[in-house]
Amino acid sequence: MDLTPTEEEREFRARLREWLAKVLPELPAKPSPDDWPGRRAYDAGWQRRLYDAGYAGLHWPVDAGGQGAGPTRHLIFLEETERAGAPYVGANFVGLLHAGPTIAAEGTAEQRARWLPPVLRGDEVWCQGFSEPGAGSDLAALRTRAVRDGDEYVVTGSKIWTSHAEVADWCELLVRTTPVDADTPKHRGITWLAMPMDAPGVTVRPLRTLAGSTEFAEMFLDEVRIPVGHRVGAEDDGWRVTMVTLSFERGTAFVGEVVACRRTLGELARTAKANGRWDDPVVRRALGRLHGEFGALWRLTQWNVGESERSGGVPGTGGSVFKLAYSHARQELYDVAALVLGAGSLALDEEWVLDRLSSLSYTIAAGTSQIQRNIVAERILGLPKGR
Amino acid sequence: MDFQPTEEQRDLRAGVRGLLAARYGREALRASVESEVCVDRDLWRRLGDAGFFALRLPEAEGGVGLGLPEAVLVFEEAGRALVPGPLVATHLAAGTVPGAAAGTAVVTASDLDGSLVAHWGEADAVLGLPGFASTPAEPVRSADPLTPLHRVASAPVPGAHRDEGALLTAALQVGSALRTLELAVRYAGEREQFGRPIGAFQAVKHLCAEMLVRAEVARTAVYAAAVTGDPGETAAAKLLADEAAVRNARDCLQVHGGMGFTWEADVHLHLKRAWVRAEQWRTAAEAEELLATDLLEGAV
Repeated sequence: MDLTPTEEEREFRARLREWLAKVLPELPAKPSPDDWPGRRAYDAGWQRRLYDAGYAGLHWPVDAGGQGAGPTRHLIFLEETERAGAPYVGANFVGLLHAGPTIAAEGTAEQRARWLPPVLRGDEVWCQGFSEPGAGSDLAALRTRAVRDGDEYVVTGSKIWTSHAEVADWCELLVRTTPVDADTPKHRGITWLAMPMDAPGVTVRPLRTLAGSTEFAEMFLDEVRIPVGHRVGAEDDGWRVTMVTLSFERGTAFVGEVVACRRTLGELARTAKANGRWDDPVVRRALGRLHGEFGALWRLTQWNVGESERSGGVPGTGGSVFKLAYSHARQELYDVAALVLGAGSLALDEEWVLDRLSSLSYTIAAGTSQIQRNIVAERILGLPKGR
Repeated sequence: MDFQPTEEQRDLRAGVRGLLAARYGREALRASVESEVCVDRDLWRRLGDAGFFALRLPEAEGGVGLGLPEAVLVFEEAGRALVPGPLVATHLAAGTVPGAAAGTAVVTASDLDGSLVAHWGEADAVLGLPGFASTPAEPVRSADPLTPLHRVASAPVPGAHRDEGALLTAALQVGSALRTLELAVRYAGEREQFGRPIGAFQAVKHLCAEMLVRAEVARTAVYAAAVTGDPGETAAAKLLADEAAVRNARDCLQVHGGMGFTWEADVHLHLKRAWVRAEQWRTAAEAEELLATDLLEGAV
C-alpha cells in the first residue's frame, strides 16, 4: 500500500499544473447555463486545447487515439484540473466517459478510427439513448425496435433522459433486435448502435429539469435508418456491451467531482468563519465530518483505480459502492451548505443554486441508489436474486 | 503510487487470520464469555510469538520492523475475530514495558474519557502510569462482558499515543464491521421466510449493501491513514470506522430478527465492543472538531 507518487507521476503533475496556470486565464467567458450552442462551443474549445497539449484521452489505448497512460495518471489529471478550476467535461461527458470507452473496448478498428478521434478533439458530441419512457432503472425493459432491412436497421420508438441531445452529433442507442417472449430473458436481444442525430426521423424535445435548465430531452425515433456498420458488438449482444459502458460510468465518471466537493467544503468553512456560524459546534462538526467523508471517498477512488490497474483497466463492481457513498455525501454537502448560509442559501449566485439542485439527481441518474444496492447485494455479496 | 496491499501484506493478513481461526474461533469466544476470563494469557503469548505486539519494533530491538500499514491489517483480523483484551495498548507498549513485545505482559491504557479504565484487573501494567498497582480502583459492571471496567481516581490519557491508538482501534472496528456484514449475509442467505431466503427481499438486501458501503469507505480511510500517518486522516478513519462497526452490528442484529436479540447470537458482543472502542482514544466529537480545524486551515 503506497500513496507516494513516482518520479514520473510527480513530473506529470508539475507539468500539468504549469500548463493549467498558463491556459486557464486565456479561456473565454463561460456561457449561461441555458445557452446550449454556447456551452457546446465552450466545451469543444476546452477539449481542443486538451487535445493539442496531449491531455485528451490520457488513459485511452494508443490505438484508440489516446495516450495509453495508466488510470493513476488520469486521476492526477482530474485532480489537478479540478483544483485549478478548469472547465468540466460538460457536453463531452457521454463521448469521453461512456460511448468512447465502449467503442475503444468493443468496436472494430474501423469504428475506433471513425468515432474516437473526433471525440478526443471535441469535434463531435455524443448523447446517451438508453432510458425509455416507463422503463426507469429497468434498462432491459426497452421497447425501441430495430428491424433489419438489407444493410440497415430501421428503428422506431422513443427515448428519455437523453443528456445533451440538443447539441449532440451522435447517440449511443440501445435497441431491441429480438422481441421479448416467454422463453428469452429480456436482456437478450438488445443491440448497441451509433445513431447520427441528423438522420431523418429523429425528433428531440428538450425537458426542463427542476434546476430550470434543459440538461436532457425526450427523443422520438420514427423509422430511422442506421447502417449495420454502426453496430458495436454483435447483434443481440448489446446488453453485455452496455455493461461495459455502465461499469465505466460507475467507476470513474464522478471522480473529478469529488475533488470539486472538497474544494466547495473549504469555501464553506471560510464562509462560516466569516459569517460567525463557525462558532456553532453543530455547523463546525458537520463540516468536519464531511471533510473526513470526502477525504475517504478520494482515497476510495485511488483504491479502486489501483484495483482496476491491477486487473487490466476495466472498473469492477466497486464503482457501485463508490457511487452509493458519493451520491449521498454530495447531497449532504449542500444540506450543510444551507446550514452555513442560512437564508442566504436562497439568494446565492446561480452556480451554487444549480449545483445544489443538480445534486438531487445523483441518487437517481446512472442507476438509482436502490438499484445500486441490489447490484452490491447480488453481485458482490452474493445474496439471492428476488424482489 | 499503488494503493493496494503488496503480496507480503496479503500473506501477513492471511497468516494472522489463520492463527486466529485456529486459536480463537467461535467456541473460544463463547468460552471467554462464560468463564469471564477476558485475557487468555496463552493466546496473548502466541500472538506475541507471531509478532503481533512487536510488529513495529525495529529488528535491532527484537521486533519485526514493519510499519503502520501492516499493523492495521493484522488489527483488522483481530477485530474480525473479536479477540478481547487490551491489544492496542500492549502493542503500543512494546519496547517500553518489559514483556509487552513478547506477549508475556498484558498492558492496558487509560484511553477512555473520564475515570474508567478497561482491563485494569487483568493488566500487568498501565501505559504511562508507573506504580498503578497501588492506585485504588473499583470494579464497575461493564456493558461489554469481555471488557471489564474499573473506576479510578485519576487516570491520565496517554496523549503521546493518541493518534496511533485511535488508528489501531479503528482497524479493529473495521474488522468487526466486516465480520458482522459476513454474519448478516450468511444468515440472510440461509434463513427462509415466506418461502424464500430473506436475502432475496430488497429490504434485507439494502441493509446488507449499506453495511458493505460503510465498511469499505471506513477500511479505505484506515488504510490511507496508516500509509500517510496524517492526523486528520487518522481522525477521519476513527470516525468512519466507529460508525461502521456500531451501525453494522445494529443492522446485523436487525437482519437476524429475534435471534439477533438473544445472548446466544454473537452480534451483541460485536455491538458492545464497538461501543467501547468508539469511546477509546478519540471520540466522534473530538474527531469532527479536529477535522473541522484541519479543513479550515487547509482551505486556501
